[in-house]
Formats: sequence, C-alpha cells, structure tokens
Amino acid sequence: MFSFNCPALLERAYQLAERTAWALHPWIARIGYRRVERVIKPVEDFAKERLFGCRHCGQCILHSTGMSCPMECPKNLRNGPCGGVRADGHCEVKPAMRCVWVVAYENSLQMPIYGHEMHQIQPPVNRQLEDTSAWINMLTGVDKRTPAGWIPIERIEEAQPPSESIKGH
Amino acid sequence: MNQSGRHQPKHEPRSRLERVLRSGRFAVTAELNPPDSADPQEVYDAALVLSSVCDGINAVDASGANCHMSSVAICALLTRAGYEPVYQVSCRDRNRIAIQGDLLGAAAMGVRNVLCITGDDVTVGDQPEAKRVFDLDSIQLLHTARIMRDFGVFLSGRKLTQPPQFFLGAVENPFAPPLDWRPHRLAKKVAAGAEFIQTQYCFDVSRFRTFMQRVRDLGLHEKCYILVGVGPLRSVGAAEFMRARVPGVYIPDAVIERLKGVPKSQQRVEGKRICIEIIQQVREIEGVAGVHIMAYRQEELVAEIVEEAGLLPRPFRNDAPPLAHRRHRSARHLPNP
Repeated sequence: MFSFNCPALLERAYQLAERTAWALHPWIARIGYRRVERVIKPVEDFAKERLFGCRHCGQCILHSTGMSCPMECPKNLRNGPCGGVRADGHCEVKPAMRCVWVVAYENSLQMPIYGHEMHQIQPPVNRQLEDTSAWINMLTGVDKRTPAGWIPIERIEEAQPPSESIKGH
Repeated sequence: MNQSGRHQPKHEPRSRLERVLRSGRFAVTAELNPPDSADPQEVYDAALVLSSVCDGINAVDASGANCHMSSVAICALLTRAGYEPVYQVSCRDRNRIAIQGDLLGAAAMGVRNVLCITGDDVTVGDQPEAKRVFDLDSIQLLHTARIMRDFGVFLSGRKLTQPPQFFLGAVENPFAPPLDWRPHRLAKKVAAGAEFIQTQYCFDVSRFRTFMQRVRDLGLHEKCYILVGVGPLRSVGAAEFMRARVPGVYIPDAVIERLKGVPKSQQRVEGKRICIEIIQQVREIEGVAGVHIMAYRQEELVAEIVEEAGLLPRPFRNDAPPLAHRRHRSARHLPNP
C-alpha cells in the first residue's frame, strides 16, 4: 500500500495540508466552521479512508503515530501496541493485518519531522467528536481539549498536588 | 536513596508489596486463578496456598477474555481476610466511568496495588460475540488512576472527598514486536505513573537480557520495579497450546525440545525445573526487582517453585493484616491468613 512505503512523503503532505489549513483559517472562520465542514468532510473521508483506513474519530493524530491510524487497531490503542502482537508482527485480533503499531514504529524511523512524536502520551479519545471533520476540529482546537481532570504528563511535575492529599495515611 | 541508588519517593509505602520492593528485597507475586463460582471459599482456598509464599496476589480481570469472578470482588474477599491483592484492571470490558468507580470502590475495600492492563481481545475468550470496549488504553488508565490518587479528582475534574492510595503497576511484553520499541513503551508507562511492572511470561532469558539492557540505557530500572513473569509448563501439549493460542506468549523451540526430551510423566517436573532456572537467571540481571508467577491451573506448584528457587521466607509476613479487624459477618468461613 502506498502509505506504508513512503512515510516521509506522507508526513510532508500532512505538513503542507496543515499549513494550508491554518493559512485558510481566517476565511474558514468567517464562512463558518460547520458550513465548511459540510464541504470538507466528504473529501477528507474519501482521502483518509483510502490512504489510512480512517475510522472518523474526529481527532486525527496520524502524524504522531507514524502515519498509521491507531483507530484501525481493534483495541483503539493510541499509545502503543498491546502485548498480544504476533511474532510475525501481525495483529492479535486480525491475523491477516499487520499490527498498526509495528507499522507505526517502522514508519516513524523514516519520519524526520514528526517521528519523535511517537513518544508523546495521547489523552483519552473524545467520543463526542466521532464523525466530525478532524481538520475543522484542529482549527477550532476542540480536538486538543482534554477532560478537565486530565493533567498533561508534561505538566505533572509542576502541577504538584496539594501535599495534604497524599499524607494522612 | 537506598543501596541501589534508586530514587526513593517521599511518601510512606502504600502497600506491603511496595514495602518489600523498596527495602531492596527480591519480590514475589503470584496469580490467583479466579473461580467460576459464587462461593468465596474457592477464592480463600486458592489464596491460602499462595499467601505464605508471595508478597502480592494478582486478581486477574477475566484473563484471556474468559468470564470468571470479577477481579474487584476477588480483591474485596482477599482484603477482608487480610491478604495483599494486586487488583488487575483491564480496558476491555469497562469504560472510563465504570473503571474510575471501581478504582474508588477497590480502594475503599482496602486494595492498595493496582495493575493497569489493556486486556486480551474478546475474540480469544469464551464469548467472542461480546462488544469490546477499550474506551481508555492502559497508559491512559494508569494516568487516570494517578490523577485520582495525587490530585484527588475524577477525569472530569470533580473532586474526591478522599483520594485512593494506590501503588500503581503496569505490564509489558518484552517478547512481542516491535521489540525495539518495547522499552520506549515502558518509558511511556513510567511517565504515566507506573511504579512497578509485571512482564509477560519469560521463557527466553537472552531476549529478556537484551530488553533489560535497553531499559537500563533509558534509566527506567531506577524509576520502576520490574517483576519478571514466569510460570511452569505442564506438558509439551500445554506449551504448544500456549504458544499457539495465548496472545503474546513466546516460547522458544529449545524449551519445547527440552520438554519433549523427557517422558510424559516427567514433563511436569521438568516444566517446574525450567521455571526455577529462569527465576535464578533473571534474578542476576541488573534492574530485576522480583518475579511474578503465573501457574495456570497449577497453583499448588507455586509454593514449591518459590521454595526451591530459594525465595523463602517472605519478608514482612508478620505485619498486621490491614483490614483483618473489619471482618465481615458473611465471611464466616475465613481461613487464617
């Protein structure tokens, strides 16, 4: 499959698309996100389904997962492979399919721009965004919104808990 | 800092298992085979065999996606009797709402050790028609449990009046692809709050050594306690079944050949011997803090393995059981732990 052979090209394409989206953002905002979504969504679905087997989670992290869609994983794992990967690198659940994380890891090694993002910890999926446009969600920032109690790992050190909550036991 | 140069956290040990590990002693945990029964006595019978030879008893969460008594209920029975359970929470069957509720409930019942796992897929179990959940993944689950503990809130941000006190664990499979990325996945788990790790079955010590080398290169052995999964193979047939049907179990040909080299009646003993040898070999590897024994349908072997591997007596056995004084009336037939 095309996507599995040239991850470096794909990440370039992603970067270009992202920059274009941000460049068009003021216009999109003026026209109205929902109105633009109606036009963009079918195009986005068509392309992503064919290239990546998109599952329409509405919060695309493809570039952080080696251009291999984590929602294709039957367990929807967004932070790395489960322990059930077969010795030949195929999926525990679907033996005919290569594990999306084996592919992701291989691809990430050939991705100079986003390859390192494999190490980031991805927050829980917002199931309310299913079947909405990931591009529009990126522009509105709704795809980055995490549950109020989810303290990002990067901030866990500085966001020290009140000491009394730990003691007293 | 203790002798090993490991950074010691400021808080008091939250569980006996944590205490054993922090003291630098080689820890032993074992898996309790969950009953297909509504009789608590079956849990106590299984626990009785294990309790004197290990520091923590893992209550599995429908392992292999087969339906059994739930892990939270097993933990409740165990804490009631003063045993030290390790509460396994898998992402397969419950969404984030159920999981957080169960974590609080488990803490209320005296559970201190929590093991966060992805879980085998429903298709390998006895009810493959079931809906798989996987709302969170194991790393998100770990981080959620840590937030509840350290920040006293649910994922929603709503406050807990009393946060749970957990010693948090995760699993890793050093033997499944992508092998090169496994240590990095472990790093993610440590970043998400894992304080101890129990690995998948280790039957290939040299591959495990390579994994540990990478783990040490990343400095992870100083940030978490690694317990190596081991277990006795009952026979050639059992080994081949596990290799073919249990997801993520890697058994090299050499092990199978060795079992084949002895008569069928001797294979059980040989399987036990292999297990003991593996324990002795992994014990020598820098950064290994203990072993986790999974003796599926052979619990009676665990005591022999621990004894013959020279891991007795277990430390801190005389500690007062945490909830022994709160025995419930319905737990009449409790054994003496």
